[in-house]
Amino acid sequence: MSGYVRETEAPELPAPAFVKGPVHWIRENLFPNWWNSILTLVSLYIGYLLFSSVIDFALISAVFTGDSGKSCIRESGGHVGACWPFIWAKFDQFIYGRYPLAERWRVDVVYLVGMAALIPALMPALPFKKWNVLFLLIVYPVMTFFLLVGGSFGLEPVETSLWGGLLVTLVVAVTGIVASLPIGIILALGRRSSMPTARFVSIIFIEFWRGVPLITVLFMSSVMFPLLLPEGVNFDKLLRALVGVALFSAAYMAEVVRGGLQAIPRGQYEGAQALGLSYWKMMGLIVLPQALKLVIPGIVNTFIGLFKDTTLVMIIGLFDLLGIVQLNFTDPKWISPVTSHTGYLFAAAIFWMFCFSMSRYSIYMENRLHTGHKR
Amino acid sequence: MASITEKSDSEDTAKVALWNNPKARALVFQVLLIGLILWSGWYMYSNLQANLERQNIASGFGFLNTTAGFGIIQALVPYSETSTFGTVFIVGLLNTILVSVIGIFFATMLGFLLGISRLSHNWVISKLATVYIETLRNIPLLLQIFFWYFAVLRSVPGKRDKWSLLDSFHLNIMGFHAPKPIFEAGSSFVVYAVIAGIIASFFIKRWSTKRQMETGQTFPVLWTSLGLIIGIPLVVFFAMGMPMHLDYALFKDTGSRLRQGFQAGHGMVLIPEFLALLLALSMYTATFIAEIVRAGILAVSHGQTEAASALGLRSGMTLRLVVIPQALRVIIPPLTSQYLNLIKNSSLAVAIAYPDLVSVFAGTTLNQTGQAVEIIIMTMLVYLFLSLVTSMFMNWYNAHMALVDR
Amino acid sequence: MKKIVLSTALGAAVAVAASTAGAATLDDIKAKGHVQCGVSQGLPGFSNTDDKGNWTGIDVDVCRAVAAAVFGDASKVKYTPLSAKERFTALQSGEIDILSRNTTWTMTRDTTLGLNFAGVNYYDGQGFMVRKDLGVKSALELGGAKVCTNTGTTTELNVADYFRANKLTYEIVAFEKADEVVQAYDTGRCDVYTTDASGLYAQRLKLAKPGDHMVLPEIISKEPLGPVVRQGDDQWFNLVKWTLFAMINAEELGVTSANIDDMKKSTNPAIKRLVGVEGNFGQNLGVSNEWAYNIVKQVGNYGEIFDANVGPKTPLGISRGVNALWSKGGLQYAPPVR
Repeated sequence: MSGYVRETEAPELPAPAFVKGPVHWIRENLFPNWWNSILTLVSLYIGYLLFSSVIDFALISAVFTGDSGKSCIRESGGHVGACWPFIWAKFDQFIYGRYPLAERWRVDVVYLVGMAALIPALMPALPFKKWNVLFLLIVYPVMTFFLLVGGSFGLEPVETSLWGGLLVTLVVAVTGIVASLPIGIILALGRRSSMPTARFVSIIFIEFWRGVPLITVLFMSSVMFPLLLPEGVNFDKLLRALVGVALFSAAYMAEVVRGGLQAIPRGQYEGAQALGLSYWKMMGLIVLPQALKLVIPGIVNTFIGLFKDTTLVMIIGLFDLLGIVQLNFTDPKWISPVTSHTGYLFAAAIFWMFCFSMSRYSIYMENRLHTGHKR
Repeated sequence: MASITEKSDSEDTAKVALWNNPKARALVFQVLLIGLILWSGWYMYSNLQANLERQNIASGFGFLNTTAGFGIIQALVPYSETSTFGTVFIVGLLNTILVSVIGIFFATMLGFLLGISRLSHNWVISKLATVYIETLRNIPLLLQIFFWYFAVLRSVPGKRDKWSLLDSFHLNIMGFHAPKPIFEAGSSFVVYAVIAGIIASFFIKRWSTKRQMETGQTFPVLWTSLGLIIGIPLVVFFAMGMPMHLDYALFKDTGSRLRQGFQAGHGMVLIPEFLALLLALSMYTATFIAEIVRAGILAVSHGQTEAASALGLRSGMTLRLVVIPQALRVIIPPLTSQYLNLIKNSSLAVAIAYPDLVSVFAGTTLNQTGQAVEIIIMTMLVYLFLSLVTSMFMNWYNAHMALVDR
Repeated sequence: MKKIVLSTALGAAVAVAASTAGAATLDDIKAKGHVQCGVSQGLPGFSNTDDKGNWTGIDVDVCRAVAAAVFGDASKVKYTPLSAKERFTALQSGEIDILSRNTTWTMTRDTTLGLNFAGVNYYDGQGFMVRKDLGVKSALELGGAKVCTNTGTTTELNVADYFRANKLTYEIVAFEKADEVVQAYDTGRCDVYTTDASGLYAQRLKLAKPGDHMVLPEIISKEPLGPVVRQGDDQWFNLVKWTLFAMINAEELGVTSANIDDMKKSTNPAIKRLVGVEGNFGQNLGVSNEWAYNIVKQVGNYGEIFDANVGPKTPLGISRGVNALWSKGGLQYAPPVR
């Protein structure tokens, strides 16, 4: 009878297909009931249509080589996808605008130094954060200014009307954010000040800039601002736009910083005062360092918004990335029915890459900062 | 200074030197600040005056009464070339409000749908919603407007062709054509019936809440209200002998080639500029609303849903009575700022010739009169006013929805 | 404290970017070493950039001629591309010294904007472009048409006047930038594209199939296009005015960039005065007596710049028409150098 006594454990059977594994997963997540199944099928079809048409346009039917718009037109009038040679031919313009060929190394230096300084600054694990950030916020902008504008240190001056493409997009967005940070901090402190005038002025300023569209701010800087200056003083057009953008984003930055200030517990203020610190020392050494760290995701989100909004400068005649892409649609050499589609796709892809990676970064920082509150 | 300093102020500060006294310092600082602001205001104003006088540029608001002399493609109030710049201002303002209100409606609908879809257990639906949101929110709005206007416009049928639905809705490059209801005598009674239905539903709702509080019995308020608001007017409509007819769009494919296509003065037409702007605005803003809605729903703790099911509420009731009221409290403040963004973003109309305020007033009128200062200030004030009204309405709604501490 | 930071920032910026545009424009220009010229953001034949990014066009040549008159070097010009909206403010505020941006001379602009029109370098008129397959032969058949144009220009007003005067209905779609108008017209949003006739020829090049479109014979307005300067500086105004006249006189006298060195030996007193061999005309303008010599030598006479930029041999292919010299049945007429 010993035959009925098992000496070894029976081999484990795989779980039935309906409680585990891909079949179960598909049943549970795709076809739990009849109306969900219909939704799934419809969504799959929509997804397929979108995906296949993008792939078809960008790759399968696309034209990859050629030297003019004619290569992107089929004699038979058939279907043609993206006209990529247009992008290859104009790529330098999209990146540098009409910046003089011989001087483009300066733009490259700015791009490279910017990346070399930015990447370590973004990685929380790396040391020397303070110096790194100070370099980015103070030394780098000054260096960029002298390199790009020229006219000193033996560099050829380059007028801003020659700047264009991604260069202008980045200059406007980065200047906007770097300049708006100090103004925004001061406005946020003013809004929380106990002095009625300072509070009042800050509130009016913040709410005014937040209440008007950026495009009217740009119109103001381009057509109204020159009339408010004394005779004989005038600004460069790009600089005027930059001032407008900086004031505009400072108001948004102020609200972000205010959120951070509010999140600092009262005990921190009281502790600082108990130590006998003055207002500026209390803010500069105790409160702001904590508050600014808290609002890094908010600052990145403001930057993403500003980065997308830089496209508006094309309406006042500065050629940012989108502006210069659109300008090149009119080049008679490259006219074809798909030129504009290709250009928009290219611009959209560039903007998407920048904004998507920044938003991922902001989510990453948010998760790092809010470890305690996760359910 | 932070409010804590006040406490130390209130204590004995007699021994402190004047320049170290926080109160004195605050006063001096505030006087300086006011002086600086007044000075810079005066400085800019005097520069402006000097510039205008020296260069002999006209100023003042007299231009609002002069004849505009140009045409506008879409006007909600009677407008012709002989109207004044003042009328241009009204036309532009109404067009801005039109696209904003409709845009807010669609953005909210689409945003809620996407936000809920992203939380769906259905994998395909939630992934599709995620892809939609992550793609569109990371592409500049202006680019999307251009895409809808220039790229998609090339793909719809030309002037002498159309895509039709049910033989009454048509789409071609000239816009979306739909039948226009023409009301005849007696239709006012239908409107009265609708108003009466709304008032009646309001009282039924109050009565039913009161009864539920006292007796615990529920009453199907939703269905009764729907019946009152839709059913009674329908009955009135048929009783009055259907005092309305539809004016269909008229399409001609004979005659001179210039006159072919949809004829002016028949049916209702939404111009392509409006459609492109509306699509771009609502699809773009919807991505942000979706994220807000998702965050709002996630913010309602699991305990709430669990408690609701422990009480025996069905899932629909849990959603309607427990989750949504709590989620709305988280959703409304950021939703307000998205609405404000949409209103402000409608100014991008200027890029595709939709005649909004910035396009016809801060654009064409500014060019014709050259009075930059007056026009830009008026435009900015209008947007400030619109923002203020929207915030006030949403704050009122928020206060209405807020948690009532008992 | 906010304001302090703000104003120091502004102060620093002014120090970087300030330039003076006082009453004596000519002195300022000589001091800074170049002429700042406002041009369009790209209108083929008038002001556009070539493959290498250099500005060319008939409007650009006016600025180059002014630089040649002042410095004896036509290349001492810097360009500021301006939209229709910005152009007058840019000139009023002193950002540019001369506006040469196919700007129509009208009474309102001359009297209320603080500007002076220095002359006419191109006599234009507003026209209509339609698709050939519409079968339209005259603008009077355009009743009920959808019309695309630029916002903020005189064209928008002219088309309204024309259709009203002829009791025709129309709908206008007005865009901010010329490129957008062309794109919209090309997609078929409009039946008609209207702008200055020269612009129609120029923009037709940007259409997918230029051959399918035609310009209607009607010219519905007078559009004298010319360079503009600020009011209140007569010396500078005179210099720009006479730069233009010098180019026209040169053509009339048969002086070209190729033969001007020979012409210096001419016995014709009118030519002698023009090229600076006789008289003190340049000094009276505040520049050297070789001013007109430099203009013609480096830029060319009026006929030369017309032919090089917009004439029949260019892609635009515009004939001289009313822009011919008065002696050849046109309108270009310059007072004598005497």
